[in-house]
Amino acid sequence: MYEILEKEVLAPTIKKLKVNAPMIAKKTKPGNFIILRVDEKGERIPLTVADYDRETGMISIIFQEVGYSTKLLGQMDKGDQIQDIVGPLGHHIDLEGYQKVVLLGGGSGTALLYPKVRGFHEEGAEVISITGARTKNLIILEEELEKYSDRLFITTDDGSYGHHGYVTDILKDLLEKEDDIDLVVAIGPVPMMKAVADMTDEYGVKTIVSLNTVMVDGTGMCGACRVTVGGERKFTCVDGPAFDAHQVDFKELMNRLNFYQDEEKLVHDTAVEEDN
Amino acid sequence: MSLQKKKTPMKEQAPEERIKNFKEVPFGYSDQEALVEAERCLHCKHQPCVGGCPVHVPIPQFIQALKDGDLVEANQIIKSKNNLPAVCGRVCPQEEQCEKVCVMGIKNEPVAIGRLERYVADYNMKRGTDKSSAKELEKLKVPELIGRKAAVIGAGPAGLTAAADLAKFGLDVTIFEALHKTGGVLRYGIPEFRLPKDIVDQEVEAIKELGVDIQLNVVVGKSITVDELFEQGYESVFIGVGAGLPRFLNIPGENLNGVYSANEFLTRVNLMKAFKYPEYKTPVVVGDKVAVVGAGNVAMDAARTAKRLGAEDVYIVYRRAKEQMPARSEEIHHAQEEGIELKLLNNPVAIHGEDGRVAQMECQQMKLGEKDDSGRRRPIPIDDSNWMLELDTVIIAIGQNPNPLLTSNTKDLETKSWGGIKVGEDQQTSRRGVYAGGDVVTGAATVIKAMGAGKTAAENIKNYLLEKSKK
Repeated sequence: MYEILEKEVLAPTIKKLKVNAPMIAKKTKPGNFIILRVDEKGERIPLTVADYDRETGMISIIFQEVGYSTKLLGQMDKGDQIQDIVGPLGHHIDLEGYQKVVLLGGGSGTALLYPKVRGFHEEGAEVISITGARTKNLIILEEELEKYSDRLFITTDDGSYGHHGYVTDILKDLLEKEDDIDLVVAIGPVPMMKAVADMTDEYGVKTIVSLNTVMVDGTGMCGACRVTVGGERKFTCVDGPAFDAHQVDFKELMNRLNFYQDEEKLVHDTAVEEDN
Repeated sequence: MSLQKKKTPMKEQAPEERIKNFKEVPFGYSDQEALVEAERCLHCKHQPCVGGCPVHVPIPQFIQALKDGDLVEANQIIKSKNNLPAVCGRVCPQEEQCEKVCVMGIKNEPVAIGRLERYVADYNMKRGTDKSSAKELEKLKVPELIGRKAAVIGAGPAGLTAAADLAKFGLDVTIFEALHKTGGVLRYGIPEFRLPKDIVDQEVEAIKELGVDIQLNVVVGKSITVDELFEQGYESVFIGVGAGLPRFLNIPGENLNGVYSANEFLTRVNLMKAFKYPEYKTPVVVGDKVAVVGAGNVAMDAARTAKRLGAEDVYIVYRRAKEQMPARSEEIHHAQEEGIELKLLNNPVAIHGEDGRVAQMECQQMKLGEKDDSGRRRPIPIDDSNWMLELDTVIIAIGQNPNPLLTSNTKDLETKSWGGIKVGEDQQTSRRGVYAGGDVVTGAATVIKAMGAGKTAAENIKNYLLEKSKK
C-alpha cells in the first residue's frame, strides 16, 4: 500500500497527489511513468510522474478526472492508501544537447510537461513553455512553469486568460520569428499533438510527443499500447512513451484510444447509480 | 482380481453448463475413485515415471501412501520434490511425461498420476495439512546458509520453486514480482476454469510459510537493478521472468480495435478479472464472432474464455492440420466439446476493418507439403483460395518472446539471438551468482519444465554459496 501524504486541487477536475513511494522516487527521471491500481477491483492506469524527491521518497502524480478510475483516485485524501503503484516505467527523455527548447502542454498534459520543463532548464537549455486550456480555471502549474521557463505563454480557448486561441498560434509565431529552436516537445490531447507535429514538420524542427495509450501491465507483456511509428509496431510502455512526432500514426492512435468508450461509460454510470 | 484397463474417469461439468461459467471443469476424484485408480499402479521396480517427471516426484511412494490411507504422508512425499502439487496435478502435460513412460501404459491406459496428485494435494489443502512438516524441513537446512540473502526475480512457477527450495536450505529469500499479484502465468495466463486462483493463492501461501518474502510491484531492471540487489547484500540472484512479449502476425489490420494478443486478452480476464466486469473495472470486448489464431494451449485457453464471455461462434484458425496442433489433446477435446470450431489449414493474410474495428479476417487455404525443420509437414499456400471470415474479435496466440526489460537493463548478461538468457547446465548465466530458468531461458514451454529449472538452479545456488563461503 502507498500512502497519500499531500493532496492539492489544481483545477476543478485536476488533482495532484504526493505519495510515499521511495523505491520509485529513487529511480524516476523526467518522462517516466507509473501504473497504479486504486483498489482491489480497480484497473491498472498509467500516469506520468510529475515530480519526485529522492530524499523524502515522495512522488507526485497529477491527473485529470476523465473516467471512473481517475474520479475514484480524485476522491482519495491525505492519509488514504493506494493499493498498488509500480514504476518507474518507460524510457526517460534524453535532455542533453539542446540549446533552445519549446515545450507545449494542453490541458492536463501540462502536468506531464512540467518535469521536462524543469529537466531542460536544469540541463541549461533556453526553455520556452506554452500551456493552454479551455478556460482560465483549467490552467495549472503556472507558478512552477514560470520558475523554470525563460519565457512562458498561456492560451485559453475562450480568451478568459492569456492569449485567446490555441497553443499552436504561439508556436507558429515562434517558428516564424526564431530559427534557432532545436527541439519541440508536445504533450496533450491527440488532435493538439497532431497539429503541433504537422506544423513543426513544415519548419523541419525535431519534435517529440508523449503518448497516453491504453495499457494493462505496462511492462511490454500485453501489447495493448501498440502504436505505429515510422511504419513499425512499437509498444508505448517499453519503447516510449515519447516518440518522434513526425513518425507517429495519429489517426490509428486516436482510433485505439476510443476502443473502450462504451465500457468506460458503463462502469461510470453503474458507479453513479450505486451512489444514488 | 484383474486390473482395470482404463484410467478411472474424472467427473466434470457438462459442456453446455460449463460454457456459462468460469468454474473449474473437472471435479477431481472422490476418495473411492482415487483408491480404485491407485490400485492400478504396478509398483514396478525401475519406476520409469519418476524419471519422466521433470522434478522427480517419488510417484510410486506417494501412491503407496495413498493406498495405505495416509494422505498427509502422500502429500509430504510429493512436496519433497514439488512445491506446487495442486497446480501440477491440473496443468502438467502428464501424457508427455510421467504417464508416457508408465509400464501400465504399454498395454493399457497408464495410471492417472496427474489426477492422483491433484487428489492428494486438494485433500490436504482443504484440511490445512498441505504445509511441509517441520521434521522434513529441519532435515533440509544447511547450517552454513542460514540467514544469508538470496534474491528471486519473478513469482511464476520457476521463481516460486527456486524460492521455496532456497528457503528450505535456510536462506533468507526475497521474491521481486513486477505485477500486483503472485503466480506469473498461473495468474495472468491460465484461466480460472483450468486453474482456480484460490488454488494458486494457497500454494503461494504455503511457500510464504517457508519464510519467503514476496515484494510485489517491483520491476527489476527499472525499479531496482541486479547490481543494486548485490549491493544490498543478496549473494545470489535467480531470474525467472518468463516469456512475456507477445508475437504478432505482421499482417495488415493487426492494430485495428478488436485485435488482441492472447496475453492481453487473458491478462484482462484472469489477472484483472474482466469476466466479473463491471464489478471489476477492467473491460474486455468479445462480440459474437471470435477467431483465435494459433493452436497451442494458450490458444485453447483464449478460445474457451471467449466462449464463456458470451461469444456465439469461436474459431481456431491454424495454418497446419489437426495432428500438428501443439495443444494438449485434452485441451483440444475440451474446446471441441464446448463448440469451438477448428478452421485448420488456413493462414490469416489480412484483417479488414470497418470504422476502425475488426470486421473480417482474410484467410488463405493451405495444404501440407514435405516435412520442415521442426519435423512437421510444411503448410503450402493454395493459389486463389482466399476467403473472408466475418468477425468481431481476433486473438493472436502464436507465442511469446522473452521480455527484454530485465536483460537490456542488466550488465554482462549474455542472451541468445532470440533474446533468451544463456545458461549452463547448472542454470548459471554469464554472470557469477546469477542464475536463470523457465521460459526466459527456453522460450515458451511448460509450467513443470520451468519448475524443474527453478529446482536445478536452487540446488546449484546452494553449492555456489557453500563454495563461496569456504574462500
